[in-house]
Amino acid sequence: MSEVLLQVKNLKVHFPVKGGVLGRVVDTIRAVDDVSFEIHKCKTLGLVGESGSGKTTVGRSILKLAPVTQGEIYYDGKEIVSMQKRPFFPYRKKIQMIFQDPFNSLNPRMKVEDIISEPLEIHFKKMSRLDRQKRIFNLLDKVELSKDSMMRYPHEFSGGQRQRIGIARALAVEPDFIVCDEAVSALDVSVQAQVVNLLQDLQAELGLTYLFIAHDLAVVQHISDSIAVMNKGKIVEQGPSDEICQNPKQAYTQNLLDAAPIL
Amino acid sequence: MKNSSEILEVQQLSIQFKGRRGNVDAVKGISFSVPYGKTLAVVGESGSGKSVTAMACTQLLPKPPICEVSGEIWFEGRNLLALSEEEIRTVRGSGIAYIFQEPSTSLNPVYTIGFQIAEAIHLHIKNPGDVHLRVIELLDLVGIRDPEKRFGAYPHELSGGMQQRVMIAIALACEPKLLIADEPTTALDVTIQKQIMDLLLDLKRKLKMSIILITHNFGIVNGFADEVMVLFRGEVVEFGSVKDVLKTPRHPYTKALIGCIPRLNQKKRRLTTIDHEIVS
Ligand SMILES: Nc1ncnc2c1ncn2[C@@H]1O[C@H](COP(=O)(O)OP(=O)(O)OP(=O)(O)O)[C@@H](O)[C@H]1O
Ligand SMILES: Nc1ncnc2c1ncn2[C@@H]1O[C@H](COP(=O)(O)OP(=O)(O)OP(=O)(O)O)[C@@H](O)[C@H]1O
Ligand SMILES: [Mg+2]
Ligand SMILES: [Mg+2]
Repeated sequence: MSEVLLQVKNLKVHFPVKGGVLGRVVDTIRAVDDVSFEIHKCKTLGLVGESGSGKTTVGRSILKLAPVTQGEIYYDGKEIVSMQKRPFFPYRKKIQMIFQDPFNSLNPRMKVEDIISEPLEIHFKKMSRLDRQKRIFNLLDKVELSKDSMMRYPHEFSGGQRQRIGIARALAVEPDFIVCDEAVSALDVSVQAQVVNLLQDLQAELGLTYLFIAHDLAVVQHISDSIAVMNKGKIVEQGPSDEICQNPKQAYTQNLLDAAPIL
Repeated sequence: MKNSSEILEVQQLSIQFKGRRGNVDAVKGISFSVPYGKTLAVVGESGSGKSVTAMACTQLLPKPPICEVSGEIWFEGRNLLALSEEEIRTVRGSGIAYIFQEPSTSLNPVYTIGFQIAEAIHLHIKNPGDVHLRVIELLDLVGIRDPEKRFGAYPHELSGGMQQRVMIAIALACEPKLLIADEPTTALDVTIQKQIMDLLLDLKRKLKMSIILITHNFGIVNGFADEVMVLFRGEVVEFGSVKDVLKTPRHPYTKALIGCIPRLNQKKRRLTTIDHEIVS
């Protein structure tokens, strides 16, 4: 067994609910409530569960984009929740996220070329402009977008095309770990297959590790080594992916499998 | 000109975007219709023109010279493409309502979701009764837990799937004659997906609503739609009843697409993709 790359320990993220005219805190939403799991290097953990169960919040916590209430996250042995901004800087290259909502995560005023080249300018300061362009070409090609996409703005694309811009941006800086949050859900089955194959190729070639959040169980089963099932902020079941899909122990998991549309 | 059994009739619709570096022919003269009370599913590869076709129906695309739309779209005896801005506004909402593909493009970040649903009710329903109660009811219908607690939430405080369901609630609040649902369940897990689809079926029956359903999910096409249209690079390559198209697809693209559907417990090292040289 390879070594553990990511370990999440007793993670809690609670959001206050404000109410009344004074905007006082009247309640809390336990978005993530005592979640623990680990992912080995070069492996994929699939994260599934009901809408609103806390999947995105778990993913964002790993990038320090969610207000963690309690718990620890170890990346390659180092605790990152308590880490200050400066020491965390290199992790902003190593850990990338493909966001669930592509439109919201792409700057509408930037051309695609600039969107993808921005992280390169930050993390690969020495790379020449030409090399940067080459890499962007290459990435766009891999996600099936044409060359002239570079000069266009996010609003000029279809939903699935925008999602692929987000994927190209995440891959650009050669990360080690990617949180894929519904990364292929807006894609037709053919382009989806293309992107899933690409992610698997990169994993085999470069040893990438993934947290793969999705709701299409067939895709999750295909790409994941193990699967964790979340419900109301907690992980209710966790195990090797075939076992979860073939002999689920929890009624909730069984429900998920039963509700999967049949062809 | 207008066939009375169809709620929507699209004729020779073309959509072209003018760009600094050449034009994009997003839709190339397509024709189709939606019968009253029926559901038409629209499938096709990413970028094939599904969303822009939907948006053209109520003039939601950019105006010329950025975007040129030609053809005719007949709805209740009127050509929607020929209506003035003022006239088309009366069609939006109670005539044709949308569930957009990306919630963040249509929810307003500065208002609470409760306010936004209430606004839709006020705008489109004549005697709405207790609006607050109706909002709570709608939130509950789309499967949002603790609707009272969520009434005052802002869009960014909700998960992706919850935002999507708020949009569904807003569209349903309008009680439209034609609902255009663009990937309404992409961000939803299968249990809630099923709940939403059942809800739509129920409303379709009660309100005699017609639906255009844009989706990548063949499971949903199969369980939910009456007819299906397959778009490929801005053209209709297949049209027919769901049963016929799924069982005996005629066009090579449709065949290839159906071959790509991932299935549970299939043991495959790689997922099947389409070789575009072969299909085009
Ligand atoms: N504002 C725009 N300016 C230029 N091109 C555009 C614009 N909007 C859409 N397009 C182009 O029109 C084509 C059709 O887009 P559309 O959004 O209809 O695709 P779609 O079938 O909905 O795809 P998806 O499944 O990815 O959502 C795409 O190639 C897209 O790049
Ligand atoms: N910034 C925030 N403020 C308040 N509540 C939040 C915030 N972000 C998330 N939440 C709440 O946390 C819970 C979990 O949300 P999260 O986005 O993690 O769910 P998810 O499992 O990704 O759902 P989906 O499948 O719908 O994307 C939800 O109840 C959501 O409303
Ligand atoms: Mg999410
Ligand atoms: Mg679309």
